[in-house]
Amino acid sequence: MTTLMSASGAAAGDGPLLAVDNLTVRFPTADGLVHAVTELSYTVELGKTLGIVGESGSGKSVSSMAVLGLHDSRTARIAGSIRIAGEEVVGADQGTLRRIRGNVAAMIFQDALAALHPFKRIGKQLSEAYLVHHPQATKREARRRAIQMLDRVGIPQPERRVDDFSHQFSGGMRQRAMIAMGLINDPSLLIADEPTTALDVTVQAQILDLLQDLQREFNSGVVLITHDLGVVAEVADDVLVMYGGRGVEYGPCREILTHPEMPYTWGLLSSVPDVHADPNARLIPITGNPPSLLDPPAGCLFHPRCAHVHKVSGDLCRTVLPELVPGPRGSGHLKRCHLPDPESIYESEVLPEIAPDLAEVADVGREG
Amino acid sequence: MSAQEPEDLEGTEFGPPAPATVVDPAAPPPEFEELVASTHTAAQLDPTAPPVLSVRDLKMHFPLKSPLVRRTVGLVLAVDGISFEVPAGGSLGLVGESGCGKSTTGQLITRLYKPTHGSMMFEGQDLATVSRKQMKPLRRDVQMIFQDPYSSLNPRHTVGAIVATPLRTHKVVPNNQVLSRVQELLEVVGLNPEHYNRYPNEFSGGQRQRIGIARALALQPKLLVADEPVSALDVSIQAQVVNLLQDLQKEFGIAYLFIAHDLAIVRHVCPEVAVMYLGKIVEIADRESLYEHAHHPYTQALLSAVPDVKQAAIGGRRERIRLTGDVPSPINPPSGCRFRTRCPIAQEICARHEPPLVQIGPRHKVACHFAGELGHHPAQPVTSRLLAEDGAGRSDEAARLVAEVATDVGYADSWFDLGSQTVVSGARKVGGESPVPGGNLPPET
Amino acid sequence: MFSFLVKRIVSGFVIVVLVSLAVFTLFFYGPKSPALELCRRDTHNRCGPTSPKLEEYEQRLGYNNPMLSEYAKWAKGLVAGRTITIGATDYDCSAPCLGVSYRDRTSVSAQLKERFPITLSLAVGASVLYLLIGVTMGVLAARRRGTTTDRLLVSSTLVFSSVPYYLVALLSMLTLTISTDIFPRVEYHPFLDNPLKWATGLLLVWLVLGIYGSTSYTRYARGSMVESLSEDYVRTARAKGLSNSAVVVKHALRSALVPVATIFGLDFAFLLAGTVFTEKIFGLEGIGKWGLDATYIKDLPVVQATSLVLAVSVVAANILVDILYSFLDPRVRLS
Repeated sequence: MTTLMSASGAAAGDGPLLAVDNLTVRFPTADGLVHAVTELSYTVELGKTLGIVGESGSGKSVSSMAVLGLHDSRTARIAGSIRIAGEEVVGADQGTLRRIRGNVAAMIFQDALAALHPFKRIGKQLSEAYLVHHPQATKREARRRAIQMLDRVGIPQPERRVDDFSHQFSGGMRQRAMIAMGLINDPSLLIADEPTTALDVTVQAQILDLLQDLQREFNSGVVLITHDLGVVAEVADDVLVMYGGRGVEYGPCREILTHPEMPYTWGLLSSVPDVHADPNARLIPITGNPPSLLDPPAGCLFHPRCAHVHKVSGDLCRTVLPELVPGPRGSGHLKRCHLPDPESIYESEVLPEIAPDLAEVADVGREG
Repeated sequence: MSAQEPEDLEGTEFGPPAPATVVDPAAPPPEFEELVASTHTAAQLDPTAPPVLSVRDLKMHFPLKSPLVRRTVGLVLAVDGISFEVPAGGSLGLVGESGCGKSTTGQLITRLYKPTHGSMMFEGQDLATVSRKQMKPLRRDVQMIFQDPYSSLNPRHTVGAIVATPLRTHKVVPNNQVLSRVQELLEVVGLNPEHYNRYPNEFSGGQRQRIGIARALALQPKLLVADEPVSALDVSIQAQVVNLLQDLQKEFGIAYLFIAHDLAIVRHVCPEVAVMYLGKIVEIADRESLYEHAHHPYTQALLSAVPDVKQAAIGGRRERIRLTGDVPSPINPPSGCRFRTRCPIAQEICARHEPPLVQIGPRHKVACHFAGELGHHPAQPVTSRLLAEDGAGRSDEAARLVAEVATDVGYADSWFDLGSQTVVSGARKVGGESPVPGGNLPPET
Repeated sequence: MFSFLVKRIVSGFVIVVLVSLAVFTLFFYGPKSPALELCRRDTHNRCGPTSPKLEEYEQRLGYNNPMLSEYAKWAKGLVAGRTITIGATDYDCSAPCLGVSYRDRTSVSAQLKERFPITLSLAVGASVLYLLIGVTMGVLAARRRGTTTDRLLVSSTLVFSSVPYYLVALLSMLTLTISTDIFPRVEYHPFLDNPLKWATGLLLVWLVLGIYGSTSYTRYARGSMVESLSEDYVRTARAKGLSNSAVVVKHALRSALVPVATIFGLDFAFLLAGTVFTEKIFGLEGIGKWGLDATYIKDLPVVQATSLVLAVSVVAANILVDILYSFLDPRVRLS
C-alpha cells in the first residue's frame, strides 16, 4: 500500500493527492517569452484517474513535467503552486525534489525505446530506481524487487529478461518495463505521458488494462496525458481539456464527453471518427493552426478558429478572456467560453453531423 | 534524374516573391454551417468502377545474410502472397499492426523495392517486372505520400523546389510555366501560393503534409499510395488532411491505397478495407461487412481493442478480446495459419493447413478455418469442403471452383455461403438442396 | 563478435599490404630514384643521372627488375630474412627484415626497435592526458551550457588552438626546463628500467601535447554531451530521483563517449606515426623525425618501415575502437 509523505505530517486523506493551483510556466527564448502554461489549476485524488487531453502546444506535457520539477530551473520561469500530498514543489530545493521523484510521484514517458537507456540492462535500470530511494538495500534485494515488478507487469520469464537490453524487448514489453520502473517504489501518484501513443492498438489495450489493474492494486492517483479521446473515455474518471497552455474544460469524464460545452472540445470530438459510426457522420476539422505561445491572441485563445464565434454578441470573444467557470450543467463541469447556451448548440448543430444516430435518440428522448 | 539544382529556382528565375496578400490571417473563421458544407461523409463505394491496380500473389522476401560469408541463411517473409484490387477513383484501405507488411506493400507498389514474386498490373503493365527505364514514365501515375512530415521533406530545399522537382524530372511542363503550376498546386492543397520560397521548417506538421501531397499531385497521378499520411499529426489537423484527400479524390478522380493502423480513419476514407497480419491478408471486405460483420478473429480482436469515445457514457472498460503473446517473427512464421499462436479459437487443423482466402459474400473474403461472426464461430472448420477433406473422401467440384476463385483477384459473382455451406451466386444457389450446416453433402449439378 | 573480429583482421591485413605496395611503387617509379641518391653519396656527389656508376647501382639495388618481383623480395625478407647488397657490400638481414637504411647502412629493424618505444611512450602519455583533460572540460562545459563557465572554457580552447604548436612546444621547453627547473629535463628512460624516471622524463612533453590536443576533445565532448543530456533517457533518470552528477556520469557520459572514441582511435594512430615537431624540439629520437628525414633523402627502406608502422597502427586502432564500441554500446555487441 502507499504511504503518503506530507511535510506537515498530516494524515493521508487530508486534501487531494495532487493540487495544481494557478500554475504558470514560461520559457524565455531568442524569439521572446513562450507562455507554455498559464494559470492552470486541477486536482487529483488517490485512486482516481485524471485524463489531460490536448494537442501539441497545449502545454499538457510541460505542466506535467513541472509537477516533478523536471524543468531546468535556470531557464524555466514557474509561478503558482503544485502540492503533492501537501508538499510544495514549486520553488522546492533539489533535495526535496529528488526525494519526491520516483518515490512519492513517478512519471512514465511516451517512447519507451528512447526513454530507457539503450546501453544499460533493464534490470540495472529498475534496481537503480529502487536503490536511489532505499540506499540501505543490497544489490541483491534490489534485483529481486526488479524481477518481482517485471513479473507483476506481465513480462514472461522475468528472471531471464531482467538482464536484457531495451532493444531486445518488443514495444509493448518495453512500455511495461517502464511502468514497472515507475511503480517500483509504490508511488502515490503516477503521471503517464502519452504511454500508449507509439503502440499498436491491441498492445495499447493491454497497457491500459495493466495501468487500471495496478491503480486498483496500489490505490495510486493517475494522471494520464493523451490526445486520444477514446483512451480518456475508457480510463479516466475526470477530464481536463487544455488548449494554448490553459485549461478550457474540466469535469467528470462522462459529463465532458457526453455533454461537452466548449467549441474546442466539440472540434476534438468531431475530428475523430468512430469505428462504429453512422456512415453519414461527417469528419469536421478545426480550421487553422494551434495558437502561437509567443504572442497569444487577445481574448479567448480559440476564437481565431472557432466556428461558433458568430453566435456570441459583440466583440466579446476577441477582447475578453473567458474565465474557467461552471456552465449550465452544474458546479462540477467547468468551461472557458462565452457562449450563453452551449448545450443546445451542441445538440442541435454539432451532434447531428458527427453522430446522427445519437442525435435521433436524443431527439426521441426529448420528444417522448 | 535531371541534374537540376533546386537552388536556381530562387530569386533569379522566379524573380522576387510577390507580397503576401492572398490569405488574410485576420479573416474570421468560417461559420459552422459553412464548415460542415466543406466536409465529407464516409466515402462511398462505386461497384462499377474498373480496377486501376490489380495485385496478384505479391511476395517480398528479404534475404538474411550470415555475418561472415554473406550467405543467405534465412528469409524475412515481409509480404507473403497478397492479392487485391484498387478501383479507379476509389480507395482501398490496408490496415494492420507493426510488422504486418503493409508499409512494405506500399513500397512495392511504387517500386521502391522490386517484388520477389507476383504481379502488380497497372494499365496493362506489370509494375513488378518492368525495367527501371520503363518504370520512369509509370511513376507519373503512381505516387506516394509518407508518414513523417518532418523527415520526408528535404529541409534544404524550398517548398517551391520540392513541388517543382517532379515537374522538372519528367519535363511535364515547359520551364517558364513551372512556377505557375507550383502555385496552383499549393493553392489546391490549401497553402498560400506566395510561400513557395519558404523552407519546410517554417511550416507546421499539417502544412508540411500538405506540401508532400502537393508534390505527389504535381504529375496528376492515377494512383496515390498514402503510407500512414495522418498518423504523425494532431487530431484536429488529421481531420483537415483527410478532408483534403477526400476533396482531391472527388475533384481529380485519384485512387488511393490508404495504409494505416487507425481503423477509424480508414473506415471513413475507404469503402473497402483489407486487414493484414504477418505478410498475409486475413480479411478483405467492404466497409459494412468488415466493421459490422467481421469474420476473422484477428479483425474482431482489432476492432474490440479500439478505444471508444461513446464508452464514456456507459462508464468503465468494455469487454475486449484479449490476445495473448507477441506477434511472431516474420522470419519463421507459424505453420499453417499464422495467427494461430495468438488466436482464441485455434485448433489442430490451423497448424496443419493454411486457410485459403475464400469469398464468403458479394464483397467479403476471409482466410480462417472457423470464420464466423463474433460469438458465432462454428465448431467444425468451414473450409473442410474446400480442402477436399470431407468424411467420405470425395472430391468436391463446386468447392474446388470456389477455391480457385479464392486466389483470384477481385470479387466473383459466386461465393461460398457459410450458413448453407454451399456455393451461392448473387441471389441464386448453384446447388439445389440446402444441406445440414457443417455437413458435407455435395450439391446437385 | 568473433566473426566480426576475424573479418576486421583480415581486411586490416589486406589494407596493410596495399599500403606497403603503394609506398613501394611510389618510390620505385618516382623521380630521382633512390639509387641516384646512394650513388651520389658514395661517390661524393660525382654521380649524375647519366653516369655509368648509376647503372651499376640501379642494377645492384634491383631497379632494373620488375617492380613486383622486387616487392616480393622485400615481402619475403619481412618474413624470412634476406641478404641485401648496397654498393659493394652485402648485409645479412634476419627476419623480420625491414631492410638496411641507405643513409647509414644500419639495420632498419634495429633502429625501429630503439625508436618506436619512445614514440609509443609519447603517444600513450599524451593521449591519456588529452582524453582526461578534454573530456572533463567538455563535460563541465556541457553541464553549464550557456553560462560564463561554458563560454570561458570554449573560448580558451579556441585561444589555445590558435597558437601554433611548435611555438607552444618551444616556449615551454625553454621556459620550463632549460632556463628554469620547474620541470625535470626531458629525456627518455625505458619504462622497464625505471618507470618513475620514464614518467618524469616525459612529463613536460605529455603535458604540452596533452593540453594542446585536448582543445578539440573539449569541443567534441561538449557537443556530444549536450546531445546526450537532451536524450529522453536522461529525463527518465532525473524523474527517478537521481542526483545531477549521477545522471551525468552514469547515464549521459557513456553514450557521449561513443563519438569521442571514434576520433580518439584515429588520433592515437597518428600519434604513433610520430610527432615530428615534438621529437625535434625536445630532442627525442622517435620515429617521426627519422621517417621524415628518410623521405627527403629517399631512404626507401626506412620510409617503407615507417609507413608500415602507420598502416598497422591505424588498422589496429580502428579494431580496438570497434571493440571499445561493443563495450560501450551493447546493441553493437549483439548484432
